Amino acid sequence: MNHKTICLIAAALMVAGCAVTAEQVAAEKEAANSQAALGMMKTSFKTRGQASVDRLNQDETQALCSQYRDNPPKNIREKIEALNQTLTVFPADGKLLGDWKEGEKVAQSGVGKQFSDNPETPAGGNCYACHQLTKAEVSYGNIGPSLYNFGKVRGYAPEIAKYAYGKIYNAEAYSACSNMPRFGHSKILTEQQIKNVVALLMDPESPVNK
Amino acid sequence: MRSSFLISVGFAVILAATALPAASQSSDDTIKEIERYRAALADGNPAELWEARGEDLWKQTRGPKMASLEKCDIGLGAGIVKGAYAVLPKYFADADRVMDLETRLVHCMVNLQGFTPEQAKKDPFGGPSKKSDMEALVAYITGASRGVQMNVASNHPKEQEYYELGKKIFFHRGGPHDFSCANCHGADSQRIRLQDLPNLLKQPTAQRAYTSWPAYRVSQGELRSFQWRLFDCFRQQRFPELVFTSDASVALTMFLAKNANGGVLSAPSIKR
Ligand code: HEC
Ligand code: HEC
Repeated sequence: MNHKTICLIAAALMVAGCAVTAEQVAAEKEAANSQAALGMMKTSFKTRGQASVDRLNQDETQALCSQYRDNPPKNIREKIEALNQTLTVFPADGKLLGDWKEGEKVAQSGVGKQFSDNPETPAGGNCYACHQLTKAEVSYGNIGPSLYNFGKVRGYAPEIAKYAYGKIYNAEAYSACSNMPRFGHSKILTEQQIKNVVALLMDPESPVNK
Repeated sequence: MRSSFLISVGFAVILAATALPAASQSSDDTIKEIERYRAALADGNPAELWEARGEDLWKQTRGPKMASLEKCDIGLGAGIVKGAYAVLPKYFADADRVMDLETRLVHCMVNLQGFTPEQAKKDPFGGPSKKSDMEALVAYITGASRGVQMNVASNHPKEQEYYELGKKIFFHRGGPHDFSCANCHGADSQRIRLQDLPNLLKQPTAQRAYTSWPAYRVSQGELRSFQWRLFDCFRQQRFPELVFTSDASVALTMFLAKNANGGVLSAPSIKR
């Protein structure tokens, strides 16, 4: 039963005032539009290569972020972050740092997961698309903050390495509706690749900290 | 006047290309890229070739019904080309559907010329081995609206509905990277690597971006339509393939075109 009907019944019963606010009506319309848009998308895409039409379906995080246009209220923000914290898996061997030289390759590479990509080729993290990391690479984007001197500034403590690993594994666990992909959770990068990128940020010898 | 404008745009592009660091792109590639610009600019905007071919295709009698497209109503009435692109997408009563330029052209190729929908949509985008008649027609029609102000209406309920659904699609996050259009085009002055990303939610930047499409892409040696632009951004977004002239493509175009209202069309332009 929708609010309009409830309202009519309420009016019929001569209950003073109708409990339905303009906000509720707008929210109902938004929800209906979301459903209609998803329905429209399902008839408008086709599976190609590794990019199947299943990718149009949203998990709870994606659906909430779309609904709030990436700017959810505090309670929803906390809900998204808590949910994603439960989805974060740290390495069983307890080691968080790999090889920063391999990490630099992961940070440079933007291949992976597009229908035009070979699914056999390991995906990259494309960190430079959004972040400054080293002084040597001047072709970097600005969607994310500069990570230059990340370890040097924050210190090389194990908690910082753990934060870096967790952030790269699942950015939504720390800031809801981030523009940053959930590299571990969404299986874009392997555990070893993430360790290598953490080393790029946290190894004192890495050019990030020079 | 137009060619001097093109040349100054070209120089800015060459300067930008020269400034590209060698770190991510080998200097050989950069030099090749600059040479391609020089070659392209020496003859003006190669989009003119597509525009000329499109004009021929528009006027030729073709298809099983041996008709030209000259009676096609692309928004301002049968046969009116100048200014029509500026009012699209639009609701067309004869099809009971909101249509963008490409969708309307397919409609006319089917209804006036007697092609099957499959034939009309056969080569939506050109490539090294095949030319796209569709992209040529798009170049001709849009070229005829250069200098015209964008004026997309939303009087019809279907137009309003498409705008709202287009907005939803713009914010729809999905796929392994959780991307939506908004992640790359929802804030000012963002860049991916060194490429500027226009904020498509704000009028001045949305206008500048929308009114410069279609465009001749120097890096591809092809004229690219707006349908192609959406198709390729969805690829970068790690989504499945956007079907040519699908409802979602038209709804999203409605959202973007309306956000660009008031902007002056300069397409087909020339781009990287
Ligand atoms: C599509 C853009 C994008 C990509 C690609 C991306 N990030 Fe981010 N990243 C962001 C944004 C935006 C933020 C800030 C918002 C937030 O904290 O989520 C961020 C934040 C971070 C932070 C937290 C910074 C801080 O000050 O606490 C780290 C660490 C980080 N990114 C590492 C990486 C690494 C490593 C990669 C590559 C594997 C990467 N990012 C790829 C967009 C991106
Ligand atoms: C991962 C980032 C990313 C996402 C997501 C993305 N785009 Fe883009 N978009 C780009 C880049 C990069 C360019 C510049 C491309 C180039 O020059 O080759 C661009 C260019 C464009 C342009 C042309 C701008 C101009 O001034 O020429 C339009 C319009 C556009 N995108 C629309 C969209 C729409 C609509 C969506 C959602 C379906 C979308 N984009 C999703 C990265 C993205």
